[in-house]
Amino acid sequence: MTEPVIVNDPPSAGPVTHEDLALLHEVALLTPGESRLEMCIQCGTCGGSCPSASAMDHTPRAIFAMLRAGMRKDVMKSNTPWMCVSCYYCTVRCPQEIHITDVMYTLKNMSLRENKFSNSTAPDFSRTFINLVETYGRSFEIGLAGVHNIKHFALRLPNMFPMAMGMLTKKGMSPLPPKRIKGMGQLKKILKRAKELEAE
Amino acid sequence: MSEYLFYPGCSMESSAKAYEASLEAVCKPLGISLKEIEDWNCCGATEYLSLDVTPAYSLIARNLALAEQQAEGTKTLMAACSACYLNLSKADHYMSEDQAFGKKINEALSAGGLHYDPGELIIRHLLDIIVNDIGLDKVKEKVVKPLTGLRVASYIGCMVPRPDYNHHSSDHEYPFELDDLLKALGAEVIDFPLKTACCGGHMTQIGPDTAFELIRRLISSAEQYKADVLVALCPMCQMNLDAFQGQMNGYFHTNYHMPILFFTQLMGVAFGEKPQNLGFGSEFVSAHEAMMRIGVQTPLPETPKPAPKKPSGLPMPPPRAKAGQKVTTGNEEATE
Repeated sequence: MTEPVIVNDPPSAGPVTHEDLALLHEVALLTPGESRLEMCIQCGTCGGSCPSASAMDHTPRAIFAMLRAGMRKDVMKSNTPWMCVSCYYCTVRCPQEIHITDVMYTLKNMSLRENKFSNSTAPDFSRTFINLVETYGRSFEIGLAGVHNIKHFALRLPNMFPMAMGMLTKKGMSPLPPKRIKGMGQLKKILKRAKELEAE
Repeated sequence: MSEYLFYPGCSMESSAKAYEASLEAVCKPLGISLKEIEDWNCCGATEYLSLDVTPAYSLIARNLALAEQQAEGTKTLMAACSACYLNLSKADHYMSEDQAFGKKINEALSAGGLHYDPGELIIRHLLDIIVNDIGLDKVKEKVVKPLTGLRVASYIGCMVPRPDYNHHSSDHEYPFELDDLLKALGAEVIDFPLKTACCGGHMTQIGPDTAFELIRRLISSAEQYKADVLVALCPMCQMNLDAFQGQMNGYFHTNYHMPILFFTQLMGVAFGEKPQNLGFGSEFVSAHEAMMRIGVQTPLPETPKPAPKKPSGLPMPPPRAKAGQKVTTGNEEATE
C-alpha cells in the first residue's frame, strides 16, 4: 500500500478557519432578504450565464470562493460586481437559488465604503446619477450623460456628438434639468434618515 | 374601464416620449384608465442600489407609500419601464420577506411622514396587464389595420421575466406574452432566440466595449432572422439598441439597420392611430422603410447631405463597383 499523497494548499491560501467565514457572513448579512450565499456549490452556472463575464477579472463563482476563503482585499478590489449588468440570468439559473445579483450590489456597496476599487468610472456613474436624483427627485439623463462622458470618455466625445444632437432634435429631450418634485423636502428628510440608519 | 395606479418613470418624460405617447393612444381603446401617482420620484434604477442599501430602498419605497395613499379601489400599480417595474417590486418583495428590513425602511419613510405596508400593492408591468387582464381577444377586436407581412423580433429584455418575484411572467428565459400580443396584431413574429438577453444596461456609460458586443448580438440575431423591426418594452433597451446602434456599427465596422420600436407603437398602428401620434420619427434608426412595407406612412427620416469631400491630392483610380452596387465618388454633386 502506498501512502496517500497529501497536497498542501498554497501557503498564501492557508486553511479555512471559522474566522475566515466571517466575510461570507458579513456579505450575507448586508444583503436584504435571504441571500443564501453560503449555499454556493461552486458549479459555475453564474459565470457561464453572465453576459459581461468577459469583462470581469473574476467570475461570480470565483468571487464566492474568494469570499469563503476570506480574501477580503482581493474581492474588494475586483471589478466583478461593477461589471454586473443586473440581467438576473445567474439569479434564476443558480441551482442553489442564491440571490447573486443582490450579492453583487452588496459587494459594490462594501467596496465603495472600503475604497479599494481603483477604476472610478462605474462608481462615478452611480454617484452622478444619484446626485442628480437627490437634487431634483427625478433623473436627468442628458445632464448625467454629459457630465459622465466629459469626465471619463473625453476621447469618445466626437463620436457621441451626432447622438447628443439626435437626443435633442429627434427625441425632443430637453437639455434643461427636470422640474423638482413637490415633495423634495420630504424626500430629503427620508434619505437623510435612511443614511443615518445605514451607518448604524 | 379597468383602473390602475401608474408609475411612469423618468425616461417616459425624456428619452422615451414615444413610449408615453403610444401608451396613451392604446389605453383608451383597450379601456385602461391610468391614475398617475402624484409627485412620484425616480426609482434610482440600478445605480442607487450600487451605492447604498437603506437609502436606495427608501427612495423606491416613497413611491410605494404615495401609491398606497392615493389608491382608491385599485391596488394594482403598473409600470411600463422594466427597471422601474423591477425596483418597485423588489422593494415590496424584500420589505415583506425580511420584516426587520421592512421596519427599517418604514422608519426612514416616517421621517417624511410616510408609511408603506409591504404586500399592500400588486406591482405589475404594462405587458402583463394587457395580455392577462385585458386579454388578447379584446386586442384582436380593436385591430383595424393588421400588421400582416411585418416581420417582428419581440424583445423582452431582462427585468420583466427575471427575477419575477411574483410570478407574473410565463418563463424566465423564454416568455411568450409579447409574441402572442404581436401575433394578435397580425404581425409575423420571428422565433427570436435572444428575446430575454441583455441590452447592455448602463454598460454603454461605464464599459462601452462590453455594451457594444451585447447590442451587436441582439441586432445581428434579429437581422439573421430577417426581422423588419425589433420591438422592445423598456426605455433603456430601446435607447441602447437604437441610439447606440450607430456607434456599435462604427465599433465593429458593420452596417446594421434595425429599427427599434416600442410594442405600444405597433399596437397603435394596428388600432388605426396616426403614426404621428405614436412617436414615430423619434427613433435614431428610422422605421420608415420597414413600416412602408405594410403601407404605413411614418415620418420620413431627415437625411443629412453628406459633406462634399475635398478632392484628395493625388489622382486616384475610381473605385471599382461590386455587382449591383452604385458607386459614389463624392464629387457627383458638382458634376450633376
